[in-house]
Amino acid sequence: MMLELLGHLIKIAAVIGVMLGFVAYTVMLERWACAWMQDRIGPNRVGPFGVLQPLADGLKFIFKEDVLPHHVNKVYFCIAPVVTMIPGLIAMAVIPWGSNLPIAGHVIKGVIADLNVGILFIFAISSLGVYGIVLAGWASNSKYPFLGGIRSSAQMISYEVCLGLSVVPVFMQAGSLNLMKVVEYQAAHTWLVLCQPLSFFIFLVSAFAETNRTPFDLPEAEQELVGGYHTEYSSMKFAMFFLGEYAAMFVQSALMVTLFFGGWSLPFAPFNAPATELWVGAVQIGVFLAKVVCFLFLFIWVRWTIPRFRYDQLMALGWKIFIPLTIVNILLVAVVLALVAK
Amino acid sequence: MQVQRPKLTFWERTYIPQILKGMWITIRHLPMKKFTRMYPEEKPKLLGDYRGAPTLVKDPEGRVKCVSCQLCEFVCPPKAIRITPGFRADQAFDSNVEKEPKEFEIDMLRCIYCGYCEEVCPEEAIFLKNDFAITGYKREELRFNKQKLLELGGVQPDSIWKWKYKGAPPPGTPIGPVRDGKPVEKKAAGH
Repeated sequence: MMLELLGHLIKIAAVIGVMLGFVAYTVMLERWACAWMQDRIGPNRVGPFGVLQPLADGLKFIFKEDVLPHHVNKVYFCIAPVVTMIPGLIAMAVIPWGSNLPIAGHVIKGVIADLNVGILFIFAISSLGVYGIVLAGWASNSKYPFLGGIRSSAQMISYEVCLGLSVVPVFMQAGSLNLMKVVEYQAAHTWLVLCQPLSFFIFLVSAFAETNRTPFDLPEAEQELVGGYHTEYSSMKFAMFFLGEYAAMFVQSALMVTLFFGGWSLPFAPFNAPATELWVGAVQIGVFLAKVVCFLFLFIWVRWTIPRFRYDQLMALGWKIFIPLTIVNILLVAVVLALVAK
Repeated sequence: MQVQRPKLTFWERTYIPQILKGMWITIRHLPMKKFTRMYPEEKPKLLGDYRGAPTLVKDPEGRVKCVSCQLCEFVCPPKAIRITPGFRADQAFDSNVEKEPKEFEIDMLRCIYCGYCEEVCPEEAIFLKNDFAITGYKREELRFNKQKLLELGGVQPDSIWKWKYKGAPPPGTPIGPVRDGKPVEKKAAGH
């Protein structure tokens, strides 16, 4: 019992540690990638090739003065960054990083909480993130953050629906809401992106909106809203918004990998089944992280390519196109599955 | 004014081909040549007439060219220059020169790099050279004195040695503009 608890604690520490490391280096990757795309070199001063830049950034954030403007609602102003960041970390609890890690007779599962309602848990938790942004916008008591908060709530409400509906066909085909089972289904059959390309596309676009990334970064909109909801923030509070955004990106990437790209599996033996040996389990975790990194790069790549959507375009896209499309998609998949079952 | 809205095709209205095209353009730039100059190690190439920090120059025989006439001090718009005039100590060496500055100070925090001092100098003794990154930890450090200004200026290789010859220069002495220590041939003007 105690040993099991200890194992869980180690697993949680490892997942959060690795995830925060990835978040820090996603920021690094973003700065490098955008520099390369603009024919610049990017950060290269701190450590060899600038790889220690995230540490320098973190230190800078810690030692900066934490300005608390006199016109803000202090309690909510301080809570908001935490509310934005925590859901991203919690959502990782149900995403399977690997299949098994068999160590000395014990089999350690590659997921912290093997919930039967995994995906519902993720949607429930990650949609809490919007409260952080709305709180920040409202508690700042100043017009640009307020506009950012309004945009954020409108955007999240529209795209949460698409996000939820777009994955329904995946679970209809895989037959379980448990993310581990979904991955095992894909390992045994085929990656679901091949069966559900429309689902994947809508999920991808909605994920961009859900994480406030370009082309749907209307709540931040540096040019129009001076940074939007985090205009009034500084120091570690600002850093937490920053971390929250990248943690959300990590979660959405991990979710796309899990739902559509086979999670920890590769389409050949021995990686296409839950691991029975330690090295296979370790490689599967590596495979999962590699796939996640590809999606993180996609987020960055898109951000430095296309401009922001207009507010009405964003809304029209969400309500008038994606929601009907997802519903039609669900119906089609249901019909096809019924015919196949016959 | 009526804005003309072009009729878009179905694919254009989905944005997808355009987005993919854009992504192809950005990804192509990843391995391309970078244009960043690694600044402190790699200095920019400045043109010859760059207006950096003002400096005092010496003539090719090592004489201080300034005769402390104080024209630059009077013309300086932000009043950055302060000259303490004095007589030249070694009158025997080149007795044509009577005066030279005892102290010559330029406050680099006040200087606006306008170049009036260079323009007004009758002796061509003050030049705006290439130093553009003037930094220091204290205000005093940025008040350059005569010694520092002469160090920065160095020797100006030109042909105007006003105080070398009492009468006319000997025949064959290059007169006129000089670049890199050699007289510059004047281009024949088309008649």
